[in-house]
Amino acid sequence: MLDISSHDVVLVGGGGAGLRAAIAISEAAPNLSVAVVSKVYPMRSHTVAAEGGAAGVRLADDSLDDHAYDTISGGDWLCDQDAVEVFVKEAPVELMRLEHWGCPWSREPDGRIAVRSFGGMKNTRTWFAADKTGFHMLHTLFQTSLKYDAVTRYDEYYVTRLLVDDGRVQGVVALELTTGKVQAITAKAVILCTGGCGRVFRFTTNAAIKTGDGMALAYRAGAPLKDMEFVQYHPTGLPFTGILITEAARAEGGYLLNKDGYRYLQDYNLGTAEPKPVLRSMELGPRDRLSQAFVREQEKGRTVAGPYGPVVNLDLRHLGAKTISAKLPFVRELCLKYEHIDPITQVIPVRPVVHYMMGGVHTDLNGATPVKGLYAAGEVACVSINGANRLGSNSLPELLVFGARAGRAAAAYAAEQKPPARHLLAQALDEEARLQEQFLQKSGGREPIADLRDEMQKIMEQCAGIYRSGESLAGAAGKLHELQDRFRDIRLDDRGHLFNTELISALELSCMLEVAETMAQCAMERTESRGAHQRTDYPARNDEKFLAHSMTYRTTEGRPRVGYAPVTITRWPPAERVYGR
Amino acid sequence: MANRITLEVTRYHPAHDEKPRLEAYEVPLRKEWVVLDALNYIKDHLDGSLSFRWSCRMGVCGSCGMTVNGVPKLTCATFLSDYAPGPVRVEPMKNFPVLRDLIVDTSDFLLKLAKSKPWIIRKVEKPLDEEYFQTPTQLDAYKQFSMCINCMLCYAACQVYGLDPLFSGPAAIALAQRYNLDSRDQGAGERLDILSHHEGIWGCTFVGECTKVCPNNVDPAGAIQQYKLTATMEWVKSFVLPRGAK
Ligand SMILES: Cc1cc2nc3c(=O)[nH]c(=O)nc-3n(C[C@H](O)[C@H](O)[C@H](O)COP(=O)(O)OP(=O)(O)OC[C@H]3O[C@@H](n4cnc5c(N)ncnc54)[C@H](O)[C@@H]3O)c2cc1C
Ligand code: FES
Repeated sequence: MLDISSHDVVLVGGGGAGLRAAIAISEAAPNLSVAVVSKVYPMRSHTVAAEGGAAGVRLADDSLDDHAYDTISGGDWLCDQDAVEVFVKEAPVELMRLEHWGCPWSREPDGRIAVRSFGGMKNTRTWFAADKTGFHMLHTLFQTSLKYDAVTRYDEYYVTRLLVDDGRVQGVVALELTTGKVQAITAKAVILCTGGCGRVFRFTTNAAIKTGDGMALAYRAGAPLKDMEFVQYHPTGLPFTGILITEAARAEGGYLLNKDGYRYLQDYNLGTAEPKPVLRSMELGPRDRLSQAFVREQEKGRTVAGPYGPVVNLDLRHLGAKTISAKLPFVRELCLKYEHIDPITQVIPVRPVVHYMMGGVHTDLNGATPVKGLYAAGEVACVSINGANRLGSNSLPELLVFGARAGRAAAAYAAEQKPPARHLLAQALDEEARLQEQFLQKSGGREPIADLRDEMQKIMEQCAGIYRSGESLAGAAGKLHELQDRFRDIRLDDRGHLFNTELISALELSCMLEVAETMAQCAMERTESRGAHQRTDYPARNDEKFLAHSMTYRTTEGRPRVGYAPVTITRWPPAERVYGR
Repeated sequence: MANRITLEVTRYHPAHDEKPRLEAYEVPLRKEWVVLDALNYIKDHLDGSLSFRWSCRMGVCGSCGMTVNGVPKLTCATFLSDYAPGPVRVEPMKNFPVLRDLIVDTSDFLLKLAKSKPWIIRKVEKPLDEEYFQTPTQLDAYKQFSMCINCMLCYAACQVYGLDPLFSGPAAIALAQRYNLDSRDQGAGERLDILSHHEGIWGCTFVGECTKVCPNNVDPAGAIQQYKLTATMEWVKSFVLPRGAK
């Protein structure tokens, strides 16, 4: 049954990072054969959902240092500053490259590309394509990628493991969904561009496909996961669906109101309530602080009770129909469609929602992981430019900058490698046998996938949410371990080969369980509060002990073991995070 | 509102079914549920083997197109309660080969899309520190066609594509037109040669079904009409003008 194919570089993932990397390889080394393997058609990748914009210095009164400072202070000094310096320098170039490729950026009346304000940024520097920025970026990249003949796509192939031999990653094993066939795709280098893992939580802005597969693949192959305790809650998600209302809504001037119609953020050291938006202040503060303020407000009994738990109101009415239709058409469409609310005349109920993973596979500035031949870029990776809290609109440019870098580095590395070893085939056959034994031909099985997934999501939400404590995290770690045991007794209704989406759900769940365990473990061991990681039992930041990245390795027993690595500080020594002053 | 509703869902597995059949499932009827939520309820609680595609659940990734009570729809943007008291019939999109249950093979579109050269074509490139100016009016000229999420509902609705699979189809033509109308592009001529040589484009009778079902108001029918017009003009020119004077 096993099929084999071979390329120079295999990319796992066809989102923003993967496609940017594919094009970078084709441009740097047109003779290399590149494979883009993706579990969904590339243009379905979750980059498509990004709304607000992409940051890159553009105006004369802005500077690279300002963007760097905003990013580093926003990340509560956990960012590697050498990485941030590279990032802010290359972001505008990459965004302009997208302009040349046809991205429909929103424009000023004279034809120049327009920029908007965003949370935590002290200057206006966020490029946008109305409020469907990610959609336009992804389709531009995808359509542009079609012109490179050296790129072969494996659409709707699910990667189940990395092929490692002699300490070197030399390809992947993938299931072709339409047939259920197992395929070995060998390569001289592999780049993981698999995105984040928001689905570990129940209430999230993340699509069904964001299940941490790449993180689990790397972790199982011996690469460390970095800063996994840092999970971003976005302050404004629609209740029930978790659909995101972009930060651009606040950047255009939206207010966050509690049940008394009061702009409560002024009570949380975020500045005073001015009628017009003020940069790095109030509604334009960083996401971690805004989400935390929501919980405090809830504790004071000042949130609004809704059918899906407490909410606050996002008020855009004073912006007027013209601004809303021109700058936030998608926000209006989503509200009308999913909440039957018109933001021109009504307030929008919102609550914090799991949105983004700051942590991920540890890489250097070129996307290289400590495992030879393995690279990572995009949300799956942790370089780290996001530290303890990502600033809105920094992720899309990160995909471009580090996708391109990883692509070029992997191309250079691949050019010097020998063809992959013959006996990799044996590993692929093992993997095929494992899938049969553990899932398709297994007898019995009592645990429904949905039950285990629900329990995992509940545990994470209760114990590893906006505020955490040592006690709750220890409980979570224990329960997650139990779920791992129960996973072995998983029940599948579908034993067929052809488009077996239930098998894929099971494989995704196993990745999520693995990733969830690392999150709980790191959160437990970091006994301080920093950025998005807030410990009720350790409320202060502790630079002496924890100005460090957590590095999680998988032990031979399959448990997470956490160590620490230093943070690179170049020009911005740790200081207090100041907003609204 | 009754609190349950019946879904009649197409089930088909080529390994053991001769042809597709409908299977009924009763699911909770909740006012905030879309049809996709009901399908996920079936998969999670009633029958894990039901197969369908979905991802974003916010109408932007284009994965979840199906036929709901005979009409092509994004199931994540179609409310269950609009069909109360039911039953609601959920079938795969028409005009595509069915792989299994609600999953169809849309790979044909991907080939057609690539053929229509949906990327910027230019004779000379500016250096990367310069931008191509584009006024909001110039942006508006193609913006609508750039909103296509590739959901394939227009192909499912298109009578011409149903009869003549060689037809490039509404979305591929709309996307070609998206680049033709972009002030930064110079590739219209190249694309015209590819798209107008096949008669499918002439078969389109401007019934406009594609435009009606489009969840993003892309208006592919409009793109096809524009295309026909340009192609006709070029054809006329080739007679009236001497060779090479295009
Ligand atoms: C609703 C929303 C709005 C956002 N808005 C913004 C914004 O305005 N600005 C900003 O900067 N950031 C924003 N973000 C964040 C940003 O969009 C994401 O971090 C980013 O798009 C991730 O891109 P990626 O390329 O890393 O991964 P993705 O786009 O998620 O792509 C992952 C790819 O990996 C593939 N894949 C995964 N696992 C496997 C496997 N096992 N086998 C094969 N293929 C696999 C998938 O098929 C997919 O192609 C937003 C995020 C969300 C959820
Ligand atoms: S699930 Fe993405 S469009 Fe419906």
